[in-house]
Amino acid sequence: MRLLTHNMLACNIKGVTKGFPLGIEHTRLETKESELNADFLRHIFPKLDWKAFHEAAQSVGVNNIPDQVEPVMLDDDEFLRKFHHALLEVHLEEGALICPETGRRFPVTKGVPNMLLNEDEV
Amino acid sequence: MSIRPERQAPPEIFYNDTEARKYTTSSRIVNIQAKLSERALELLALPDDGVSRLLLDIGCGSGLSGETLSENGHHWIGMDISEAMLDVALERETEGDLLLSDIGQGMPFRPGTLDGAISISAVQWLCNADKSCNNPRLRLKAFFGTLYKCLARGARAVLQIYPESPQQLEMISSAAMKSGFSGGLVVDYPHSTRAKKYFLVLSCGPPSTATALPRAKEGNEMSEDEESGSECDEDGGTTVNVSERQRPSKKQRKDSKKSGKGRSWILKKKEQRRHRGYTNVPDDSKYTGRKRKAHF
Ligand SMILES: C[S@@+](CC[C@H](N)C(=O)[O-])C[C@H]1O[C@@H](n2cnc3c(N)ncnc32)[C@H](O)[C@@H]1O
Repeated sequence: MRLLTHNMLACNIKGVTKGFPLGIEHTRLETKESELNADFLRHIFPKLDWKAFHEAAQSVGVNNIPDQVEPVMLDDDEFLRKFHHALLEVHLEEGALICPETGRRFPVTKGVPNMLLNEDEV
Repeated sequence: MSIRPERQAPPEIFYNDTEARKYTTSSRIVNIQAKLSERALELLALPDDGVSRLLLDIGCGSGLSGETLSENGHHWIGMDISEAMLDVALERETEGDLLLSDIGQGMPFRPGTLDGAISISAVQWLCNADKSCNNPRLRLKAFFGTLYKCLARGARAVLQIYPESPQQLEMISSAAMKSGFSGGLVVDYPHSTRAKKYFLVLSCGPPSTATALPRAKEGNEMSEDEESGSECDEDGGTTVNVSERQRPSKKQRKDSKKSGKGRSWILKKKEQRRHRGYTNVPDDSKYTGRKRKAHF
């Protein structure tokens, strides 16, 4: 799972109102190179919660994502490369996602978060 | 006729390792799913600007449908309840991110984040209550309600489904409408029992000209390599009239005001009644809906 997906994911346990952003625990990360697509980055930028993205990047050891951003930065190749790398090339392979409100852990195995809820969570 | 998979076992049991492998190695199935996915993507009507989008693949299985999204340059997140199917997707190194999740429990996403969603041959599974705690209506409500929220305003969801009966189709589409979606049903190849395909085309937000339903495909094009579909088509041959679900054009609306319940209204009602299984509906003729002369 990439940080792109992490930035969209929220805990949907019944009654939870602040299920975003999910905390990240990792025991295995993987980097897979992919082609940079500036149009996609510009398209997705306004949809991201940047604060959550910045924190998530830090928690997977990517420390070159600025905590404040301006849309003009999307014209800077250097910035786009860092943005692309953190958003789309770092994969959480083994670990867990943690609901910020309840502390519930969603285990991640082989890169796949298990988001299945128990009966009493629906 | 074979028993529908949905009636055999819950999806996470039915799609076990053997079935997941069988499913993904059948060139017939691969072919059909690819065609259905291409059609769904077409019906999604994303802006024609060449920009990649972030899409959801609901019931993504082994990634056959998602592959079509990747081929068209889009990023996608796939959700499925079967670990075995997701394992095959991992083996095949599909490009989307995968989530093990039950769509009947709702979508675990922030509001307004996704640019669109497709679902190929999956949503009818929600109509089967396989556990006592599973109520199909509640699960459909959770599914559509949360799907509506996580899509960006104006975004579409295109769901290709294999409904077991007209009732099931009605149950699924009315759950969608109740959640705030506008749109309706597109039936491709309505006159062919085997090739007929149902696409629920849903838009987020109020209806506008941009959300008008696309046209269905006619003829029997898909039927050659198509035998009763992977999830077993039913044989009923109930043709859902597409245009009847479309929002009437301004002109049509004016016409209907002018002439009250005119010929077209009567034809429509008769068609609806036939569709619901009434056998006593008179045939249509040139006299249908004509004004009777006053007799004294
Ligand atoms: C016929 S397969 C289609 C898979 C894929 N969309 C394709 O075109 O190849 C149906 C899929 O729906 C999934 N499914 C059924 N019920 C589900 C549910 N409640 N939540 C998530 N996935 C479900 C099944 O596990 C299965 O992988």
